[in-house]
Amino acid sequence: MALLEVKNLGISFGGLRAVDDFNLTIEQGELYGLIGPNGAGKTTIFNLLTGVYKPTDGYIMLDGENITGKKTIEINRHGIARTFQNIRLFSELSVLDNVKVGLHNHHPYSTLTGILRLPKYYKVEKEMNERAMELLKVFGLDQEADYKASNLPYGQQRKLEIARALATDPKLLLLDEPAAGMNPNETQELMKTIRFVRDEFHMTILLIEHDMKLVSGICERLTVLNFGQILAEGETAAVLNDPKVIAAYLGE
Amino acid sequence: MKTKTRSLSKTTRSNLITYGMVVAAYIIVEIFLRAGMVSSLLEGLLVPLCMYVILAVSLNLTVGISGELSLGHAGFMCVGAFTSAFFSRCMETAIPVSGIRFFLAILIGTVCAALFGILIGIPVLRLKGDYLAIVTLAFGEIIKNVVNVVYLGRDSRGFHVSTKDSISLGLEQGGDVIIKGPQGITGTPNDSTFLIGVILILVTLFIVMNLINSRTGRAVMAIRDNRIAAESVGINVTKYKLLAFSVSAALAGTAGVLYAHNLSTLQAQPKNFGYNMSITILVFVVLGGIGNIRGSVIAAVVLTLLPELLRSLNDYRMLIYAVILIATMIFTSSPGGQEIQERIKLFFKHRKTKEA
Amino acid sequence: MIGFISYLVNGISLGSVYAIIALGYTMVYGIAKMLNFAHGDVIMIGAFVVFSTVSGAGLPPVVGVLISVVACTLLGMAIERIAYKPLRKASKLAVLITAIGVSYFLQNVALLIYGANTKSFTSVVAIEPISLMDGSLVISGETIVTVIACIIIMIGLMTFMKYSKSGRAMLAVSEDSGAAQLMGVNVNSTIALTFAIGSALAAIAGVLLCSSYPSLTPYTGSMPGIKAFVAAVFGGIGSIPGAFIGGILLGVIEILGKAYISSQLADAIVFAVLIIVLLVKPTGLLGRQIQEKV
Repeated sequence: MALLEVKNLGISFGGLRAVDDFNLTIEQGELYGLIGPNGAGKTTIFNLLTGVYKPTDGYIMLDGENITGKKTIEINRHGIARTFQNIRLFSELSVLDNVKVGLHNHHPYSTLTGILRLPKYYKVEKEMNERAMELLKVFGLDQEADYKASNLPYGQQRKLEIARALATDPKLLLLDEPAAGMNPNETQELMKTIRFVRDEFHMTILLIEHDMKLVSGICERLTVLNFGQILAEGETAAVLNDPKVIAAYLGE
Repeated sequence: MKTKTRSLSKTTRSNLITYGMVVAAYIIVEIFLRAGMVSSLLEGLLVPLCMYVILAVSLNLTVGISGELSLGHAGFMCVGAFTSAFFSRCMETAIPVSGIRFFLAILIGTVCAALFGILIGIPVLRLKGDYLAIVTLAFGEIIKNVVNVVYLGRDSRGFHVSTKDSISLGLEQGGDVIIKGPQGITGTPNDSTFLIGVILILVTLFIVMNLINSRTGRAVMAIRDNRIAAESVGINVTKYKLLAFSVSAALAGTAGVLYAHNLSTLQAQPKNFGYNMSITILVFVVLGGIGNIRGSVIAAVVLTLLPELLRSLNDYRMLIYAVILIATMIFTSSPGGQEIQERIKLFFKHRKTKEA
Repeated sequence: MIGFISYLVNGISLGSVYAIIALGYTMVYGIAKMLNFAHGDVIMIGAFVVFSTVSGAGLPPVVGVLISVVACTLLGMAIERIAYKPLRKASKLAVLITAIGVSYFLQNVALLIYGANTKSFTSVVAIEPISLMDGSLVISGETIVTVIACIIIMIGLMTFMKYSKSGRAMLAVSEDSGAAQLMGVNVNSTIALTFAIGSALAAIAGVLLCSSYPSLTPYTGSMPGIKAFVAAVFGGIGSIPGAFIGGILLGVIEILGKAYISSQLADAIVFAVLIIVLLVKPTGLLGRQIQEKV
């Protein structure tokens, strides 16, 4: 059974059909790319998958469960985590606390326990700190744990966002233009990190990206979106050589 | 792990300093009181001072930690004041031990304010920014206005309520009118003391600071910093916003209890429960530093005492508040102000490196 | 029945004042994207200027009103320049707190100059009241002037926004200030102009308000200011006809509430209206939906 199965997904804003008849199947452990020109509807699909928008048609199955139309927080609990095109960190919190917010639902204790500082508070906080530091180490951010998130350089902010998403222990990780604004060296490093995350966490990853080097370097399969509809899909190399895709990118 | 243990103890140490400050201030004032070196004017200010500190700390939970500008804090204080004063008036003969009665009054005032916080928070927290500010202001004014038309009396047949006047309560001979509309509640026992005030400050600080440094506090601050990202990692936005809002309201209620039991006559007027009061508290929070709990304590104390000590300045008090408020915001939030801050920081850094 | 009609007329009169204030509020909110809490206090300053010039210095009312309009226009621009402009990019919280600070500042300056005692304001309107239905319904000159002034102002503003270059610049800035700047609109001067117009309207509103309700204190402006914001929200913030309709409706609700429900609860009723509107239709009667982009 596929991890993610999307069938006939569509959404209209007023009269505008932003996404139409979108289908996607991603297997467990796959690194999948979603590409297409600006305004093709890629981020809209992420927003549909994470419950920011409710689809007008179609359904979304995650690991055999129907998550269509569920709220963002429920979808996160079902196992989808994401990053954002325009970085959305908890800017006033420390790097460590950003990740600890990601761990929120997996290390619970009640508000009263927190206020009264019962033994459970210390125990769970210790677990959280350890787990958060492990995650930060993966992304080379452990030295910056006490920094304010907004004080990190851009590249590290992107990484922190991925670390925070992973902290929610997802089955599927959505990365929205992870390499945006990075220089070639940083992109190279990011590619390594993404591969590492996939292998180390046995993660399934769906990413949106414009950087073709990154896409062709790490994605196993691709879907190309144009004007809200699927233009092509399949193995990365084959798709990128498809004349229709080239035409869409270069413009006819 | 080394970095973490250090930063944990850093917040603990910072909290201990805050508690220590309050306790030290209490001891010093007590010594001066015993030595008879405190003017009666100042002595009369001690309980209100505690009230202001509690209000400022609790409002900072909404404004600084939750990031919502509430202009109705005085409304919750009003709820706490009236419910507890009503309780104390009714129970004055039934519970003659003032300690127990006051303890229960504090609980009742706090819980009632919390309930109002939840009730008002549910609709209000759906709104954002300016709208939230104006609606909290509206609720605060509504509470104050409604209290002013309530007449409540008691006789052998039980309680009677009216919104017209005392006569229409139709009390029996010897019946007792407890809430008299605009005249409010008279004869509330004066149970508030400086010591109790300080204890309540410490309890407030304990609740607020521990809340901030817990899983709950992190969730609240995450929502403040980025609601959409918080949702994306599974944080229940409504729940945590409401939680912070109602805890803040509850503590405002506690302050109201302290206020009500410090006066023999409790009336809801614009100056004590109107939005002017809410804004005065906001001034404390802003000047103490939004999100800075210890700052709120210090600002509340300094800004309450200073104008009283400089009696001649009293006419200018609100004017000075206003100027400080504007100047602080421009200094902390404008590009120009931030540049000056950076320069000051650099200056001190240079001096430090030179010394070293 | 006559009673009802006369309450209605009073309501429309008060509502027209709210509408004039709300027009200023709604323009500033639409263009500078900020809740100018001090707007109500500019009204009070406007009324005090007329009080000083007409009752104090004995100038003719027309001259007094003109001086007041000019003074408030300059005041509004000065407030914008000194307090709000440095915070153009700051958080909403910072701007709102600053606006509250400005409001307090104006109140307390007036308090220092004029004291806390209520001043009795002499009406600037010299029109005789109209007597209808054998004198059982009297419409005061103030009411007539207020309603007419309100209608003229609204039509004038709508024409200005639609046909003048500055008006269209305002619309552009309210739509997207970044894009407007790129298209060559001077955003700073457009915002300054908005404050100027809003404050001039506030001066007129202040004179009309105090002509109908002749008691003047440093706090006279704050409640009508807040209620006018309620009116602006009611009608749909950013919308000029919305502010007009919202203002009139709110005035009528307030007067009828005072007459038929409880005079002490009139304010509570007005605020309850605000809460209900925001919860049922947060965009107001004529407002537009704004959605956060993810």
